[in-house]
Amino acid sequence: MKVSEIAEVLNAQILCSADRAEATDIKSACGSDMMSDVLAYVKDQGLLLTGLVNPQVVRTAEMMDIVCVAFVRGKRPDRGVVDLAASKGIILMSTPERLYTACGKLYKAGLGAGS
Amino acid sequence: MGESIKLFYNVDGHDFVSCGQASEDVKRTLKNIGFPPEVIRRVAIAMYEGEVNMVIHAAGGVAEVEITEDAVRVALKDSGKGIADIEQAMAEGFSTAGEDIRELGFGAGMGLPNMKKYSDEMKIESTVGVGTNVYLTFYI
Ligand SMILES: Nc1ncnc2c1ncn2[C@@H]1O[C@H](COP(=O)(O)OP(=O)(O)O)[C@@H](O)[C@H]1O
Ligand SMILES: [Mg+2]
Repeated sequence: MKVSEIAEVLNAQILCSADRAEATDIKSACGSDMMSDVLAYVKDQGLLLTGLVNPQVVRTAEMMDIVCVAFVRGKRPDRGVVDLAASKGIILMSTPERLYTACGKLYKAGLGAGS
Repeated sequence: MGESIKLFYNVDGHDFVSCGQASEDVKRTLKNIGFPPEVIRRVAIAMYEGEVNMVIHAAGGVAEVEITEDAVRVALKDSGKGIADIEQAMAEGFSTAGEDIRELGFGAGMGLPNMKKYSDEMKIESTVGVGTNVYLTFYI
């Protein structure tokens, strides 16, 4: 699923690296507020949904080759975090949905959990 | 690649924002050299967990990395409070981190187990009140 389509399903606003939203295809996703769990269990999920907005979310994404992070419950990281993600070409978006609902909507739209 | 490459980083213990920079730099370096993506990923994750530990448990430290043709060796050294019971610290889910750390997405007690899982060899030396050295080796 294209990142632009994901943003549409989640009614999300893209915060940075928007120019890549059309060309970036996501095959599977994961949702977590525990970065160590992401580091332990994520394999090749391209999208992370989370309620955390600190810089280590972007660092974790970078380590795991996660190309897109969606912040739930309308959360928005501060400027420094957005700039950090932009410098790595990571796409950030903010959705008003809660984590469970956001994951459910994407799953229903055909985006699975992958391996 | 005849000679080995040696890299050195200071990990600032008071800066949760820059934490992870050393691991990112190593990741980038290995990518440029052309290491297999699977190895790069293992190094990045394990070293990053080590960096996080030095920041949240030990007020920072240093990271020394040696890259040879067939292996990556990472040493994470700090002068923090040390680990009293290493076996206990290695157990999945064991953590002394407080609620403030958990709110940041860490402190699940998965860091050391992750480092063990993603490395080929891991050795911990620690003395309470003196500090902790963690050695990680990754083979191609
Ligand atoms: N560098 C370190 N200095 C002092 N204590 C450490 C260090 N690394 C780990 N520890 C101890 O080992 C425990 C387990 O570490 P870890 O598995 O990374 O889990 P977490 O960081 O989530 O607490 C920590 O809670 C801490 O008590
Ligand atoms: Mg840890």
